[in-house]
Amino acid sequence: MSIQVQNIRKQFGSFVALNDVSLDFPTGELVALLGPSGCGKTTLLRIIAGLEQADKGNVILEGTDASATHVRDRQVGFVFQHYALFRHMSVFDNIAFGLRVKPRNERPSEDVIRKKVTELLKLVQLDWLADRFPSQLSGGQRQRIALARALAVEPRVLLLDEPFGALDAKVRKELRRWLRRLHDELHITSIFVTHDQEEALEVADRVVLMNHGSVEQIGTPEEVWNAPKTPFVYSFLGSVNLFHGRAGQGALQVDEHSLTHAEDNIPQGAEVIAFARPHELDIDTDLTQVEGLRARIARIQAFGLTARVELERIDTSGTLHHYEVELTLERLIALQLRTGSEVRITPSHLKVFQTPSQPHTAPYIAAGI
Amino acid sequence: MAGATATLNAAHLASLNQARHYEDSPATRDNPLVKWTILSISLLFFAGFLLLPLATVFVEAFKKGWDVYLAAITEADALAAVRLTLLAAAIAVPLNLVFGVSAAWAIAKFEFRGKQLLITLIDLPFSVSPVVAGLIYVLLFGAQGWLWPYLSEYNIKIVFAVPGIVLATIFVTFPFIARELIPLMQAQGKEEEEAAIVLGASGWQTFWHVTLPNIKWGLLYGVVLCNARAMGEFGAVSVVSGHIRGMTNTLPLQIEILYNEYQFAASFAVASLLAVLALITLILKTYIEWQAARTARDSQQEETP
Repeated sequence: MSIQVQNIRKQFGSFVALNDVSLDFPTGELVALLGPSGCGKTTLLRIIAGLEQADKGNVILEGTDASATHVRDRQVGFVFQHYALFRHMSVFDNIAFGLRVKPRNERPSEDVIRKKVTELLKLVQLDWLADRFPSQLSGGQRQRIALARALAVEPRVLLLDEPFGALDAKVRKELRRWLRRLHDELHITSIFVTHDQEEALEVADRVVLMNHGSVEQIGTPEEVWNAPKTPFVYSFLGSVNLFHGRAGQGALQVDEHSLTHAEDNIPQGAEVIAFARPHELDIDTDLTQVEGLRARIARIQAFGLTARVELERIDTSGTLHHYEVELTLERLIALQLRTGSEVRITPSHLKVFQTPSQPHTAPYIAAGI
Repeated sequence: MAGATATLNAAHLASLNQARHYEDSPATRDNPLVKWTILSISLLFFAGFLLLPLATVFVEAFKKGWDVYLAAITEADALAAVRLTLLAAAIAVPLNLVFGVSAAWAIAKFEFRGKQLLITLIDLPFSVSPVVAGLIYVLLFGAQGWLWPYLSEYNIKIVFAVPGIVLATIFVTFPFIARELIPLMQAQGKEEEEAAIVLGASGWQTFWHVTLPNIKWGLLYGVVLCNARAMGEFGAVSVVSGHIRGMTNTLPLQIEILYNEYQFAASFAVASLLAVLALITLILKTYIEWQAARTARDSQQEETP
């Protein structure tokens, strides 16, 4: 079933959680809402479920406006970050709950319920836990039971709020693969909220990046990773180097240094910020050249397939800047780099953005490397 | 009074274990003299001020023999007092149960203006002297009271009659259940209820199958305390009762009357009934605390998988 949200606005006191958000979730896709905490992703999910009321805007489920439909009639499955299993009920009773509370004329018989619950327990591969209580399960098992419970009522959409947020790293990785497989089996339209980019990129068909209550970019994991559209997306996904400067002729002026770049749609002299991934930077030890940014090598990490070189530069105002360059091991050996030596950083690719009129560049630095 | 509403949790169990550890370790162990001095002070105090009076009640009650005792507690006025006490509690406790659950529900699960004020007001009966509470009802419903013209028109008697006693009892026992449930329900949050509603449960089903099982021990604890107070209340009830023998005397009032009339054996006999009630309350309270601690321990495991 398709989900559309139109012009959703939600405010908590003076804090704007969602600012005019419109999104379209096509049938059968697994979509991730990704963003830092406080970006409004959970609020949006709860508004779709009906657990929260939007101040403005509509939620459209399968073409019909569901904004006024009660939660219990929306036929959504919701999975909570902290499982929210009924602690006094056995695993079996937890999963059966949604079926047992149905109105008498819709309620399946106990036999049908038993069959259905057993089926779901098999689906989440925990059929041997039916008689246990939630407190006797591990975190990963609890979340799978929570998912089975949500699926029991055959929801039209599945909404997952940071489903793996409370689990440790190893279980989290396991479970997200499992969720992907489950989705491929069931093809139920699903939205899950996460602040973990790895999780979003690995599991989702499409990723919606959110920041400060607005949607920054929508796309497949490849699209958002390879072609970030906004400074926020650039700095939020992966590690990135940030340069503050002024646009010049085919180059970016950073203090007295100039970095070549190809983009020329920015008026000359404009304040800009530029991004480059660590692998999009190279190091040159020849200091006689003018091109490139001069910096001092602070640390070299040469393990793994590639080497990471951390560099520092003190600008004219005395502020310390950090950069990270990723080199192949061959390149590292060829350059014969040493900690403490002065080098030039030369970008092979720069993504330049004109600094917005209300600069909130500080978070980018924080979210950067 | 307010101290009686200790919150139920497993924390005190943990601190117990900690204390044992503290004492076992030679690095932190105190001089045994200190330990025994403190222990004997508290035990002496306990024996002198709590155990002795309790024993006296029973000793005095049975002083003139079993027959006198039986006669005292089966006497018509005493029986009437027992009936009235039970009646007042039977009305006050369920009403406060409904009120307590709805107030705690409102405070824990909803956001609204004046929430803090409501929490403060719930404590009012704890901070107001019971005598003042009784006086309020006399001023409202008494012969010189504000509402007297309307009440007398329909010939409704509240003060110096059973309704007044019930009202006064409700007033003083008002906070017990709410006070017990508010922290409990706040700690539990509303995720489980939300999960139930998303699964299609109605409000009533959610309350009955999800909320109630989670708060049942706290609720029972509150009911036990509320009931004990309802049966033992003296001050407020004394003001509104009018002390009409066999009509508007509750057990505590009956005890006072008998005592003032120098019927010591009878008064202690009736008092022993209240003392037995207190002991039953304590046993129930301990059992509930033990059960609640067990449940809390289970859900604590849940926090740290």
